[in-house]
Amino acid sequence: MMNNLLVLPMLLPIIVGVLLIFLRTYGRIQAWISLIAMALTASISGFLLQQVQMDGIIRLDFGGWEPPFGILFVADSFAVLLVLTSSIVTAICLSYALISTSKELQTMYFYPTVLFLIAGVNGSFLTGDLFNLFVCFEVMLLSSYVLLTLGNSKRQLREAIKYVSINIVSSWFFLVALAFLYGAVGTLNMAHLADRVAEVGQTPLLTTISIVFLVVFSLKAGLLLYFWLPGSYSSPPIVTSALFGALLTKVGIYALFRVFSLIFHHQPEITHTIIGIMAALTLIGGSLGAISFNDLRSIAAYNVVVAVGFILVGLAIATPAAIEGSIYYIIHDMVAKALLFLLIGTMITLSGTSKMAGMSGLMKNYPLLGWSFFIAMLSLAGIPPLSGFIGKVLISSAAIDNGSYVLLALSLLSSIFVLYSLLRVFKNCFWGETIVSKEEQLPLRRGVLIPCLVLVGLTILIGLGTESMSPYVSGAAETLVNPSIYIDAILGKIQ
Amino acid sequence: MNINDVILKTVSKAVVLIILTFGIYLFFSGHNHPGGGFIGGLVIASAFVLMFLSYDSETVSEALPIDFKKLSGLGVLLAMSSGIAPMFLGGAFLSQSFGYFDLPIFGKTELATVTIFEAGIALTVIGVVVNIILSISEDE
Repeated sequence: MMNNLLVLPMLLPIIVGVLLIFLRTYGRIQAWISLIAMALTASISGFLLQQVQMDGIIRLDFGGWEPPFGILFVADSFAVLLVLTSSIVTAICLSYALISTSKELQTMYFYPTVLFLIAGVNGSFLTGDLFNLFVCFEVMLLSSYVLLTLGNSKRQLREAIKYVSINIVSSWFFLVALAFLYGAVGTLNMAHLADRVAEVGQTPLLTTISIVFLVVFSLKAGLLLYFWLPGSYSSPPIVTSALFGALLTKVGIYALFRVFSLIFHHQPEITHTIIGIMAALTLIGGSLGAISFNDLRSIAAYNVVVAVGFILVGLAIATPAAIEGSIYYIIHDMVAKALLFLLIGTMITLSGTSKMAGMSGLMKNYPLLGWSFFIAMLSLAGIPPLSGFIGKVLISSAAIDNGSYVLLALSLLSSIFVLYSLLRVFKNCFWGETIVSKEEQLPLRRGVLIPCLVLVGLTILIGLGTESMSPYVSGAAETLVNPSIYIDAILGKIQ
Repeated sequence: MNINDVILKTVSKAVVLIILTFGIYLFFSGHNHPGGGFIGGLVIASAFVLMFLSYDSETVSEALPIDFKKLSGLGVLLAMSSGIAPMFLGGAFLSQSFGYFDLPIFGKTELATVTIFEAGIALTVIGVVVNIILSISEDE
């Protein structure tokens, strides 16, 4: 009975989303209902996290079909931490949408689609079956196609064509990889896969299949194959950008962590080296992109790319400390990227342009906005006591212990580039001559800063509360590093 | 331009009936044989699409006052409800059960909760397919 709760982070958004279809014309009511739904989802996942911490991995066999025959949801600390964070971030983004977006957007199925998106995201985190992961990916992607094109501007449609085609290709690759894997080992249940791959040893054939998976998930995560990302993340309405930047790449990252720590971890000299090289190139490319644009939204989008590279450095090193650092950093990045996008969106609404040249001296008129941006910048650069710090420290020290000095140098340099790119924004847009006089300035819409301030509070809280988070995160890292814990929890009963 | 579509209209009147019957047959046969909610739904949707093709959309909408967007939502709700109900009865999400009942006329009949789930899927498929076709054809 108890473990039926496990399906709710996916089920609740779907049901509420469907109900909202019947309330299409009531924009504000939809917003409030979806906010309540996400708050509920967040509290359920908080409760689940507590349960996992006390009793170990929880699983739910759909329809009572035991693994490896049925499909199941598995909650380990890693998955539930991400579900919790993404639910909270979604709730905050929804409250921003409630305050800031136009009525047209609100009544064009915006809220149901966001809820379907989060259902796909949460489902991807929780599923224990590789084919089910594909299905949840598709739920998420279909919603993201809709969200990307909602708003109907020419630029959005152009970017959407690229985004949809690249994702259809990668989904097809995903299916092919699944077919190969099923042909090779005869199962798609993750724990069963891990068990069988360990039994037969990771043969060259299986390693090749794993590299196909690596390509698929890298496309979704924006690891090296991020060419589609800056365009499509910088064209939709800002709330959508914030959701995409905070959540979508994280799902790809999660899949990489899950697959390469649970199933294909026997040949790290091949797979993890490739991941390391890809992460390094992503860091370089993302850093260069972040400092080379004058468009605020492009800068933010390239900051997403840098973070992806940084998180995957942890997987490439793959020591417990590095994995722990990555988990901290994923959580931090969800919060901080949502904050960055929302702040930039507010700046663009206020000044009517997304170019840096069109803004100056915003600090005088909107000091609160300015200091929020300042904190977001420090947090992304990894300055203590904010949330980005602990992840950077753990990954860096793990890189030193492991002798991966190139990765260490690149990840630290990338932090400087992130700091520089945002400092440039801060200097140009907030300092300098105030173009708009006090009388002519656009008033901030009432309450528009509240979601941003909540996120600022969260990033400070995560930074200061690292101590109280550490049991959960180290538990998550332990499960990732020792696949046998996961396998025993799933297959233990029948063996 | 006014093409003479008497033949199309007359034939589709008869064919729609056959397709609908076949769709419902497929839906029920899916329990133990090839078929099921998805395929049955597709076939039924094709009957609707044929109606929209041979008659204009106003005539059909008048005869069939259904909002297909809401129909698909209703389908999802129905399918989900058959998954959620067992959660309140102590089973796992999506648990199904079945039993044999003596019904008048039909005699001994197997009734399974999975049919509710399949009905939801069929409604969703009908709603989505017809909605897609209508949205494309409404292009101005």
